[in-house]
Amino acid sequence: MQLTVKGNPVFVHTGGREIDPARPAVVLIHGAGMDHSVWSLQSRYLAHHGRSVLAVDLPGHGRSGGEPLGSIAAIADWVVALLDAAGLERAALIGHSMGALVALEAAARHAGRVEAVALLGVAERMPVHPDLLAAAHAGESSAIEMVIGWGHGPRGHGGAQGGGCPTPGLALIPGGRRLMASVRPGVLGVDLAACNDYGQGADAAAAVACPALFLLGALDRMTPAKAGRSLAARVKTSQVVVLPQTGHMVMTEAPDAVLDALTSFLSLRRG
Amino acid sequence: MAGAKFLKFDTQSLHAGQKPDPATGARAVPIHLTSSYVFSDVDQAAALFNLERPGHIYSRISNPTVAVLEERLATLEGGVGAVCTASGQAALTLAIMTLMGAGGHIVASSSIYGGSRNLLAYTLPRFGITTTFVHPRDLDGIRAAIRPETRLVFGEVLGNPGLEVLDVAKVAAIAHEAGVPLLIDSTFTTPYLCRPFEHGADLVMHSCTKWLSGHGTAIGGVVIDGGRFDWEASGSFPTLTKPYAGYHGIDFAEEFGPAAFIARARAEGLRDFGACMSPMNAFQILQGVETLPLRMKCHIHNARKIVCFLEGELTAETGAVAWVSYPELVDHPDHALASRLLPHGAGSIISFGIRPGAQGSGREAGRRFIESLTLFSHLANVGDAKSLVIHPASTTHAQLDAEALAAAGVGEDMIRLSIGLEDCDDLIDDLKQALRAATKG
Repeated sequence: MQLTVKGNPVFVHTGGREIDPARPAVVLIHGAGMDHSVWSLQSRYLAHHGRSVLAVDLPGHGRSGGEPLGSIAAIADWVVALLDAAGLERAALIGHSMGALVALEAAARHAGRVEAVALLGVAERMPVHPDLLAAAHAGESSAIEMVIGWGHGPRGHGGAQGGGCPTPGLALIPGGRRLMASVRPGVLGVDLAACNDYGQGADAAAAVACPALFLLGALDRMTPAKAGRSLAARVKTSQVVVLPQTGHMVMTEAPDAVLDALTSFLSLRRG
Repeated sequence: MAGAKFLKFDTQSLHAGQKPDPATGARAVPIHLTSSYVFSDVDQAAALFNLERPGHIYSRISNPTVAVLEERLATLEGGVGAVCTASGQAALTLAIMTLMGAGGHIVASSSIYGGSRNLLAYTLPRFGITTTFVHPRDLDGIRAAIRPETRLVFGEVLGNPGLEVLDVAKVAAIAHEAGVPLLIDSTFTTPYLCRPFEHGADLVMHSCTKWLSGHGTAIGGVVIDGGRFDWEASGSFPTLTKPYAGYHGIDFAEEFGPAAFIARARAEGLRDFGACMSPMNAFQILQGVETLPLRMKCHIHNARKIVCFLEGELTAETGAVAWVSYPELVDHPDHALASRLLPHGAGSIISFGIRPGAQGSGREAGRRFIESLTLFSHLANVGDAKSLVIHPASTTHAQLDAEALAAAGVGEDMIRLSIGLEDCDDLIDDLKQALRAATKG
């Protein structure tokens, strides 16, 4: 579905069902240098379990126009503008990595518009190593290699104990690599800088009034589960699910466990 | 910052796609000989059927043993996903059926496996899909053959049986200029020798029966999606970019992003056409893939030694060899290209011609040569651990007329060797005695 937000065309994947204002809405917010397709299973599941789904391509990403926004706060405000454009008063926000910071900040800044937040692969701070930032700004493929390499746990990397993508026949690391390679030049650098510069995680967490679910990978090397737990402790009403054998790419590495947790958290029922 | 680390090719050949069986701890990949899978509840069943959750429903569509092989081959090629099929021919058919329907057109190399040629030239036209064949070295001809209704360019890294080397990067660029994907049959080279996605190909297929297995016990194929082709931008592939009624209006490119092609190939092609791989075959092929790097090194080592032997026969005054074709030879027309594209070796297929004997023709000399061999097996396969031999003009390419034979580079005197893993001295002894027998008066 195409929307116009702040004058720019925005693409929203609705999970195979049209948005219905009578159904509670959920916005799925992807991470740095990615797009809506990281939520391919979750978006369909939510749309067929009573929710209006907006798996969005953030500005400058995927099929959306415009330029990438340079800060977590700006993207958080933009998500609320997206709700306005879709004619939605409130929505649950589900975000991954950079998208999780966006959901957290939006819940703090716009409490009346956010029903609940589910934060995947998140930490109060997401400092980005200068080498990675420089490579991303320069458009070097090594930036993608670092994000994909550090971002995946054993289901992506394989090895004697851990191989095996949950979706039959797919390979997570080449899939992630191709997705990030399709993103426009310069976008990854802007996204990573936004993550690196964000310093309001603790304050935002303290201001969150809605229920919050933290979905953390036990083997996450980018936002370690310990850091996610400590952020969750700052939120008034939070629950934490730590997924074993899972890295930072929580929704693609452990889609079933993510859906199980979301089903309980959002009281989902088929329909 | 430390660079990201990824497991290397040899390691992935052993481990990609697998972990010890969680139920039993079995280290080997279990053979899941089951048609179907018990659903945990009604909602899980509905979610599986609607592509909301990952998992297995019915072994025609996916199977845990086959899935290990699919992920392993996708990983070795650098593709986003794979679908294994009942044979290499089924893989080619699946790729074509996923991309086009009646009215579609293919531009194919004229130097391809005889079975593939038959499918494209004689069978698919019955379903409204036509093919223009172009010599793999004729890049301008490939460009000129592309029409508005062309939906695929297809070739083999190493032509069969003429061993022409396809300039994958240049052909990919030609295809992409026209908004068309390039499918490469990489059976002869395997990902150990060439990874076509790194040269611009969009889809790769194999007959897994050959070098990937090595043991010659199982028939199987695979099609692998590179995930790079922009189906949406091309605008010519409604199967991937328009709603599909077979799954409640799903749009595969929108839903699956880089994995759109392979998702449709499974959700429609395997489900409806049904040419799936048996779990037993997947298990057997996996045993081969585990030793692929080791075997390919030995294949190349032996092939190079036998090329040297045949070259010696070629130059000897009493030699029985009329010509030798192998891309690593400096007089091969694609020698420079092979050096760039296949730095680890140009495969283990060697073609050569037998000098007619005193009273015989090239065809008769070929017959006597093949029947005199004792170590090489005369059969219609390549890529076994055992060395193989065939006379293409009377077998694999027998359905071609004289003109098509010439276009495919198949002479009546051509012998095709598939060099195996035996002691090379034994192979050379066998060739020596058979050449003598073939050419004596």
